[in-house]
Amino acid sequence: MARRTLLPELLRHAVLVLGAAAMVAPFVVMVAISLKPPGEVFAPQFTLLPQQWHAWENYRDAFTKVPLARFLLNGVLVTACIFAAQAATALPMASALAKLRWAGRGWAFALVVLALLIPPQVPAIPLYIAMWQLELLDSYAAIILPSTISVFGIFLMRQFFRTVPDDLIAAARMDGMSEFAITWRIMLPTAYPPLAAFACLSFIWNWNEFFWPYIAIQSEHLATPPLGIAFFSNVEAGTSWGPLMAAATVVTAPLALAFLVAQRAFVRGVTMTGLKCPPEQRRPPPCPRSPAAAFSPRRCSPHRSTPGPRRAAWS
Amino acid sequence: MTEAPRRSGARPGAQAEQWAAWLLALPAFLLMWAMLLGPALAVILLSFTDWNFGEPELRWHGLGNYLELWGDRVFWISLRNTLIYVGVSVPATVALGLLAAILIEGAARGRALYRAFYFLPVASTLLGMALVWEFMLHPRVGFVNQTVAALGFARQDWLNDPDLALLALAAIGVWQNLGLAMVLFMAGLQAIPGDLYEALALDGADGAWERFRRVTWPLLGPALVFVMAIMAIRSFQVFDTVAVLTEGGPQKSTEVLLYTMVQNGFTFLRSAYGAAITAVFLGFTLVLTLAQTWLLDRKAHYG
Repeated sequence: MARRTLLPELLRHAVLVLGAAAMVAPFVVMVAISLKPPGEVFAPQFTLLPQQWHAWENYRDAFTKVPLARFLLNGVLVTACIFAAQAATALPMASALAKLRWAGRGWAFALVVLALLIPPQVPAIPLYIAMWQLELLDSYAAIILPSTISVFGIFLMRQFFRTVPDDLIAAARMDGMSEFAITWRIMLPTAYPPLAAFACLSFIWNWNEFFWPYIAIQSEHLATPPLGIAFFSNVEAGTSWGPLMAAATVVTAPLALAFLVAQRAFVRGVTMTGLKCPPEQRRPPPCPRSPAAAFSPRRCSPHRSTPGPRRAAWS
Repeated sequence: MTEAPRRSGARPGAQAEQWAAWLLALPAFLLMWAMLLGPALAVILLSFTDWNFGEPELRWHGLGNYLELWGDRVFWISLRNTLIYVGVSVPATVALGLLAAILIEGAARGRALYRAFYFLPVASTLLGMALVWEFMLHPRVGFVNQTVAALGFARQDWLNDPDLALLALAAIGVWQNLGLAMVLFMAGLQAIPGDLYEALALDGADGAWERFRRVTWPLLGPALVFVMAIMAIRSFQVFDTVAVLTEGGPQKSTEVLLYTMVQNGFTFLRSAYGAAITAVFLGFTLVLTLAQTWLLDRKAHYG
């Protein structure tokens, strides 16, 4: 390894600190403005802290001028329902794709991979027409239904379930367990770590989702947090920055705090999207060093049944 | 793709296994068709009709919508803007993400902290942060212009200048996605065996640049292709910032594909025309995916 000398190391940290400052600047500005009275927002020189605290008024306005609490509640309700549905459908299918022998397996997996390639905005027009005919537009169902299936979730969990040893399942069969019991009592309990990572991702995506709610929802009281903020910004049209930034802070805070607390699970979850990369070309790192690796089912899994590199998903 | 299923009847319980598998897969299978594959096919079929939202009948229109797109000035502006947006934001995101990943991975201390800072925008609500950016890009009191002025450059009205608005949005996109590229690169870097660097050091070449040029860059090839494809696909989907900050303006300078699609499909209620734009959008995404697969396969041959 290269000898570490003081100067390059200082340079490295100087660049990193400068970059980090640029990355967090918007968050700092957001919180700073949310504490200031209107007069200070347009001050010629930006200051971190207000001369006159106006936090209470700004946050009160954010919660009273628009139903911000309702938006948050909508967000929690929608993301919870979506994740429940995604997990309930993805886990059984992933388990069947990974461990059961059945005639349609190859085709079913090919369809999952095909569906992975379709950007979420593509089905929007037909879904809108269908919801209109079923008179579901502008309802919770309209927001939730299109996201009830996550092919990414199926893919992720299938990759994980493939690492569950076949012997374990064979033994359970010998004991006379039914296929459903095996899925429920053997497969599921092993799947909590990847499921937690998937939950993080699902939560980020659906809390932040703007495109579809923007199309499907007109009523203010049904708005998810991002849509609610957009309504608010339309109403205020760039005049009252304080309350607007207060609302933005409130909406961003749950994710930002959750991220800071569960940082590792978040990053692991995102890294697992890298599963789509052909694994042969990414040699496994030593286990203890990288959390992403320890987490990823393909690498250094404690119960890995077959030696040698696994094949790429669709190679 | 997967190993061939064993012939049924080869083993006791195989029949039960078949039934169980179908039942386990069924709910997801139905939803997948209802919410993704079916509507995606429907979009393509719809694009060959001239249906407007709410009309009682559907008429075959052949390639009519695509011919109209070909002559539609706004569509070409929109496509051009989208390509510029992707062309600016993807290289910037990938280069900065890679730089951040290499610097952080090599740092003796503070890795988790840096990673958290750089990744924070990925986990935050883009729509809320877009409004913060609107404030930061404010021509008079914005943080950006104060910095620009302090460095001795001219202040700009970023979001209302047709020459700058798209670039400003691309910059927001870079800020948002950089952390994602960084995390994916970090996974790629960790997969590079350390003994290669040691071998290089034994050869006497242990400068940072040599390490990067002779080990990191060649071995990071597949990760690079993968990250570029993900970023390109994400950038093609730019919509939130356009919808809330510029609404395609000024003078259509930030009109992008998905925004044009939503305008036609949902505001002007021209569903079939919107479907044709969706088909073009889907086509670009698939081309990007194919390019990624092709590049990865090619690399694998002499990897």
